[in-house]
Amino acid sequence: MEDVTMATSPRELTQNPLKKIWMPYKNGLPEKHISQRKVCMTNCPTLIVTVGLPARGKTYISKKLTRYLNWIGVPTKEFNVGQYRRECVKIYKSFEFFRPDNEEGLKIRRQCALAALNDVRQYLGDEGGQVAVFDATNTTRERRGTIMRFAEQNSYKVFFVESVCEDPDQVKLGSPDYIDCNTEEAIEDFMKRIKCYENTYQPLDEVLDRDLSYIKIMDVGRRYLVNRVLDHIQSRIVYYLMNIHITPRSIYLCRHGESDLNVKGRIGGDSGLSVRGKEFARCLGHFIQEQNIRDLKVWTSQMKRTIQTAEALSVPYEQWKALNEIDAGVCEEMMYEEIQEHYPLEFALRDQDKYRYRYPKGESYEDLVQRLEPVIMELERQENVLVICHQAVMRCLLAYFLDKSAEELPYLKCPLHTVLKLTPVAYGCKVESISLNVEAVNTHRDRPEMPGNHGDGHVM
Amino acid sequence: MPRELTQNRIQKIWIPSKDDKPAMPRRSAGGGPHLANPPTVIVMVGLPARGKTYMSKKLTRYLNWTGLPTKVFNVGEYRREAVKHYSFDFFKPDNQDAVKIRQQCALAALRDVKSYLTEEGGQIAVFDATNTTRERRDMILSFGSENGFEIFFIESVCDDPEVIASNIMEVKVSCPDYRDCSKAEAIEDFQKRIECYRVSYEPLDPDQYDRNMSFIKVIDVGRRFLVNRIQDHIQSKIVYYLMNIHVQPRTIYLCRHGESEYNLQGRLGGDSCLSSRGRKFAASLSGFVKEQNLKDLRVWTSQLRRSIQTAEALGVPYEQWKALNEIDAGVCEELTYDEVKERYPDEFSLRDQDKFYYRYPTGESYQDLVQRVEPVIMELERQENVLVVCHQAVMRCLLAYFLDKSADEMPYLKCPLHTVLKLTPVAYGCKVESITLNVEAVNTHRDRPELVKRGSGALIRRNSVTPLSSQEPFKKPRIDGVDDVSIPESPALLAHLGTQPLPVALSGQIRLATA
Repeated sequence: MEDVTMATSPRELTQNPLKKIWMPYKNGLPEKHISQRKVCMTNCPTLIVTVGLPARGKTYISKKLTRYLNWIGVPTKEFNVGQYRRECVKIYKSFEFFRPDNEEGLKIRRQCALAALNDVRQYLGDEGGQVAVFDATNTTRERRGTIMRFAEQNSYKVFFVESVCEDPDQVKLGSPDYIDCNTEEAIEDFMKRIKCYENTYQPLDEVLDRDLSYIKIMDVGRRYLVNRVLDHIQSRIVYYLMNIHITPRSIYLCRHGESDLNVKGRIGGDSGLSVRGKEFARCLGHFIQEQNIRDLKVWTSQMKRTIQTAEALSVPYEQWKALNEIDAGVCEEMMYEEIQEHYPLEFALRDQDKYRYRYPKGESYEDLVQRLEPVIMELERQENVLVICHQAVMRCLLAYFLDKSAEELPYLKCPLHTVLKLTPVAYGCKVESISLNVEAVNTHRDRPEMPGNHGDGHVM
Repeated sequence: MPRELTQNRIQKIWIPSKDDKPAMPRRSAGGGPHLANPPTVIVMVGLPARGKTYMSKKLTRYLNWTGLPTKVFNVGEYRREAVKHYSFDFFKPDNQDAVKIRQQCALAALRDVKSYLTEEGGQIAVFDATNTTRERRDMILSFGSENGFEIFFIESVCDDPEVIASNIMEVKVSCPDYRDCSKAEAIEDFQKRIECYRVSYEPLDPDQYDRNMSFIKVIDVGRRFLVNRIQDHIQSKIVYYLMNIHVQPRTIYLCRHGESEYNLQGRLGGDSCLSSRGRKFAASLSGFVKEQNLKDLRVWTSQLRRSIQTAEALGVPYEQWKALNEIDAGVCEELTYDEVKERYPDEFSLRDQDKFYYRYPTGESYQDLVQRVEPVIMELERQENVLVVCHQAVMRCLLAYFLDKSADEMPYLKCPLHTVLKLTPVAYGCKVESITLNVEAVNTHRDRPELVKRGSGALIRRNSVTPLSSQEPFKKPRIDGVDDVSIPESPALLAHLGTQPLPVALSGQIRLATA
């Protein structure tokens, strides 16, 4: 067998032991040449700029978008200029601060904006950030011009997110500015504050701003105007923003009932429910009935144990392959002790970086997140949903709703026979943990104690 | 008592069974979004030459590929069936007889829409016509509401004369209406036709008249979009798709990795290296790519060694997609076909029975692959020149999307090793060139076995993820009550006509060779 010799022979490949990615190497060291497919394939950071009068949901959108982008693996951070202002002006007195003729106020507000932009530059330049969300009213063309010049100097792409709403019932009172006020006072002051902005508000204009990239969200998502989407990340952002809503609802997350393999201490596989698992399924049925949920959708994976659990509810359900448990590859149906014995290196690697670790011929948590993204997108579209899934999958979904980092994700506690009820509240998510009082094995392994780790150190 | 579960043998889906007989599942087991929604009628809106048919066909192809049975109903075709001789006079707003015929054509098309959605298992119908007046749209809305169909409008607005002229050249000049005309005559006539519509055009009005309608306005070929009241998942997906497609000329290259060690051994799956012939192919591929002299070529591979090795030879940056990995053969991974036949004889024959739906035990099916590969398709639509170095089953999925092949055909598409398929969008379809790089390799293709019963296969054909080809066997559109209407023929028209009209063909469709 002859080797083909060429002017430049192709580089040899080595497989990264943690992520199982094939990479070229030179002199025994992996080369940083190829890129694994990430969401943001360009080196060009993106600056998202919110636009809109107070109480139009800008901060809600900023935080939610930031959470989503971070979860799919795009390092994102929001910079809320109001925060900077609150740092500067310790005690908020009244709307007078925002009057357009208040010189002192204008000066401070401008400084705050600039301070925030400086931090943006640092985040996108030195701290490895990919997207920065600049959350402020940005209601004048002048202010937006300043931001665009800043972006141009630093080679950032700019994408505007404007929220326009004619409906006066959107007043927010959760703001830290109004902590010590009684409600009526607060509303009155806030209305006057909005008035201060209204007179100088220059919305994004179809003609004057036709070369800018933006989305205009009207009436809380009833209508959208999308202009000049430039790249993949902007396209994803638009898709996400068009799918979220603010209708009150609850999401219930739980695992399948205890399975036969759970009882044996084995991972993966496709076993049926144990006796206790079936008991849980029955209790779950009662629980759901008690909750009296309007139009509840029930989703399961395509593995027997989740479907069996759903069957006990006697309601229609949908099977998603995307909700299947993490594929443990060669370790499927093994016990942790067996893995440690047969694949000691793999066992150790997994504890080193549980999020990125991919089982040989299997998946990693990082792969799971990619697989689950369509589920998250559809969850955003839906209202009341019960998702019956698996430990690793549930951790990924939970991390999205509770804004947990990649480091925390694989160690989130998702015990069997416990339902987590998530209800969106203000800028975040309220969690209620409801244990259905049916005994089950504990499948949780804490982060092992290692030099430099702050774990509980309890290894199963 | 909760029902017992049994695993469907082909798809490996768990479904409730009663007395050893699988009960119909309460819902679809497609593993995807809720598909038992009310049917949707997508209604195109816009002046002629605004890309309505282009979008209709492309969207239909995409939706079918993802498993939503979709069909286009082009009213122009119904009109061509009814009216044998043609000129723009037909479209004059004061031509009473013609107005009547056009109305009847629209109704005939709607009748077929209803039949498709209620009796033939269709999920989405695309009603492709100008639909430029409120009167016409109101009629469609009533039709929708009588039948419980969701209505979603797609309006294309464009006033750029260059774009219009280019559209006319690309698809109108060669359309059956102008088979007896010169190019210049065709262009002139078509411009006049556009003017006939312009007078009565009432664009969608998001502020007042149409504020409660669900629609997307596509402005200037995708520079801007106005989206109003998206109702459900399908509409959201449609909007996302429309926002990602573009009309820039570009080329997509599809090929497999070079021949691998396992290919030589006749083994499935695995993660082996290139054989020496495979390495030779990679070197030839590099030469080929350089010759193509493309601006900004992106190169994508899977995360399997053999495709990455192939890309390495090109000496250009590439991106690895896990989504492009070969189909997971589950317990059959790394076995030869003979070993599979020996150890899993049932599985072996089940696969031949229904290769699209068949899922390897603890592995995947082509149906699963389509879902997995969908984000790749979406990104391919966004990109320009791309070379995708992938695998046999994956390449078949991608090819089926571009060439509008059905679920039935997909697993048997020919994607030999060491052959590059060059795809170029043209008119309403895709031109394919097959380029063999003249490096020998084993043949990994297995034809559809002859004596295979087209089996019961998947239980839930209607609601599962089943790409259907958009190109159905041609059914001549029926228009009732048209025969007795005569159209006054203008002298100019008569002067043009000579021979017999040719048999009606689906306009603008280009049937091209498969790989």
